[in-house]
Amino acid sequence: MTALHTADSVGLGERLSRWADRHRKWVFAGPAIGFTVLLLAVPLGWTLFLSVTDSKRSVRRAFDFNGIENYLGALTDFERFWPSVGRTAYFTVAALVFELIFGMIIALLLWKPFRGQGFIRTVVLLPLVATPVAVGMMWRLLFEPNIGFVNEMLSWVGIPPQPWLADPATSLTTLVFVDIWQWTPMVALILLAGLTSLSDEPQEAARVDGANDWQRFWYVTVPLMRPVIVAAVLLRGIDALKTFDILYATKGKGGGSSHDVETLNVYAYGLSFDYNEYGLASAVLILFFLIILAVIWVLQMQRKGRDS
Amino acid sequence: MKYGSKTARVLAVASAVALTGALVSCSGGSDVDENADVSGETIRVTLVNHVWTEAFKDLIPEFEKETGVTVEVTQLAEDQLSDQYNVKLNAGTDEIDVMMYRPLQEGKLFADNGYLADLTDLVNSDEFDWSDFQDGPASLTTYQDAVYGVPIITERTVLAYRKDLLEAAGLDVPQTLEELETAAATIHEQNPDVAGYIGRTGKSAAVTQFSAFLFSSGGKWINDDGTSAIGSDEARGAYELYGRLIHDYTDATINPEMSWAESFAVFQQGQAAFIADADSLYKNLIDPEQSTVADQVGFAAFPAGSAGSKPYNVASWALAINETSAHKDAAWQFIDWAASKEKTIQMTELGVTGARTSAWADESAIADYPADLLEAIKINGENGVGQDRPLVIQVAQAREIVGDPITTAISGGDVNASVDAADEAFNAFLVEDAE
Repeated sequence: MTALHTADSVGLGERLSRWADRHRKWVFAGPAIGFTVLLLAVPLGWTLFLSVTDSKRSVRRAFDFNGIENYLGALTDFERFWPSVGRTAYFTVAALVFELIFGMIIALLLWKPFRGQGFIRTVVLLPLVATPVAVGMMWRLLFEPNIGFVNEMLSWVGIPPQPWLADPATSLTTLVFVDIWQWTPMVALILLAGLTSLSDEPQEAARVDGANDWQRFWYVTVPLMRPVIVAAVLLRGIDALKTFDILYATKGKGGGSSHDVETLNVYAYGLSFDYNEYGLASAVLILFFLIILAVIWVLQMQRKGRDS
Repeated sequence: MKYGSKTARVLAVASAVALTGALVSCSGGSDVDENADVSGETIRVTLVNHVWTEAFKDLIPEFEKETGVTVEVTQLAEDQLSDQYNVKLNAGTDEIDVMMYRPLQEGKLFADNGYLADLTDLVNSDEFDWSDFQDGPASLTTYQDAVYGVPIITERTVLAYRKDLLEAAGLDVPQTLEELETAAATIHEQNPDVAGYIGRTGKSAAVTQFSAFLFSSGGKWINDDGTSAIGSDEARGAYELYGRLIHDYTDATINPEMSWAESFAVFQQGQAAFIADADSLYKNLIDPEQSTVADQVGFAAFPAGSAGSKPYNVASWALAINETSAHKDAAWQFIDWAASKEKTIQMTELGVTGARTSAWADESAIADYPADLLEAIKINGENGVGQDRPLVIQVAQAREIVGDPITTAISGGDVNASVDAADEAFNAFLVEDAE
């Protein structure tokens, strides 16, 4: 009996060890999976659950299931929801296009070594390390119509004061500028990393063939850089889509008095924190989530297509 | 299928807890022992950035010494405070014991949600003397006959003006809204770089200060039958007047997002002749470190409109106990001490306008207030209306709706069309809010 008992104990340990060996990938990935489930799946599941209820005022109150009513409500709302979608798209695309252009120019300028390069790189990267809320508050002061430094500077050259953030017609574009100011360095950094990893040979070959600077850039550098550019678009694009800090810090709840910078993120935040409409806010967030997934899918497909 | 059930609530609370990482714990009832030995306990007190908080924080060690309770203070800006309550109270947190909250903005919502402990029996003790609290502020912390909060700060709209500009123009202090407009126009005409009048312009932010114009013009937010009252001729007149004051008598570019801090900044820099805002903020105008015109500021009661002078007289902030607090005994002892007659007098001396009648009657407590401000507070207190925004459950939405014509008026738009649209939207809102 004793011998059998000992054999059993050893057997259990061995069995566990073999099981762990066989499922090594799960054992190592387990904590990460658990963490992901806790931090991603649970909130997402809870949001999905709330989105089909009429929960409002407090999630601790009684609520009814209302099916897809919140989704229909959002999708037929041309006063707040669809304009928010439009603003989100405008903000993302405009910011991204200019950040790519300026980022590429900066990356090209910093590509080849020159005197004082370290200093210039540090200066260029400075906006990147600032907290977005602080950036928002800083620009809010700079753009203040009457006492702001921007209008003060314009007055030196005889240009009358501009409303910038104050005018609903110009506020979102002004914030696109702030986003470009802050995030172009990140795009430049990614592109610079890509440029420095490129082999010199294709450039040399093109040079021997008589290609000028522009031709070498457009027909050699850009195609070689395509995977890096797509990566930058993916990273920055998703970030721009869900921008919140600078919008909130400059225009407050609701994206300003006329909701003029109310993107989907700001709209969902307002529904949840200002209106306590948890069901509707959750539906808007799920729709937003689906939009982001769709964008990622399109970009990934494009990358795969090009890679193949 | 009705999901007011226990299962749905348990699921809701459990999931919310997973989201925030907070632990749910219930204290099991709201019975509070006023005389309990709370020594050694720690209470978490959440306060807003406010002159009351700045003055009061220094006194807290006294309470800790007296009771042996450790007080952990979290101090936040108004919006952040509101957001934190939303998240934590929704999750049933016990991480907050004492909360500073806005009775006008969140009082009904929080009480209706069951977030606040019932303090009725506690405030009615002889020692605390609930009858010493002014009626208007006290009524704002009462919901369905139960008291849920103790008012600590009161406010009335007071008119602040530049004495030098008025004198140069040969004008008296305006007693009526008509005189205010004439004075604003005259001063701006004589001083093109000075705005005749400055006020809040942000849609929601402006609602509270606009209310004095509305009430004094004979308007109100909601009719007695629960329908919208903002479509009345009186309300339209008030919207137009508020818009004209800010739009017509300035050459500056109007920033449509101004709350009190931004509009005060304009006045502090000597760029405006008049401003009507909360009297509790008066120090911002007469403090030479903040205001370039500190020595030229005068105060007056709110000018009379066709219905007389009717500014609001409200409790802007109150203290309450979180219903799920595990330290209600200590939390009450803190509030009892913080809102006591003695402490209210001390706070009044420091320039914070409280809700206890006894403090206003104490000559030494009010000795340092400017005489004209005290006179204005007295008159405004007598004429004051006990609300500054629609008293509904979902106040934020209501403010956006009734605030829309304000921004239209300020931008020089079609006020009547904007009022028609807001009136219709407000009626629909009121039906939903009452459900």
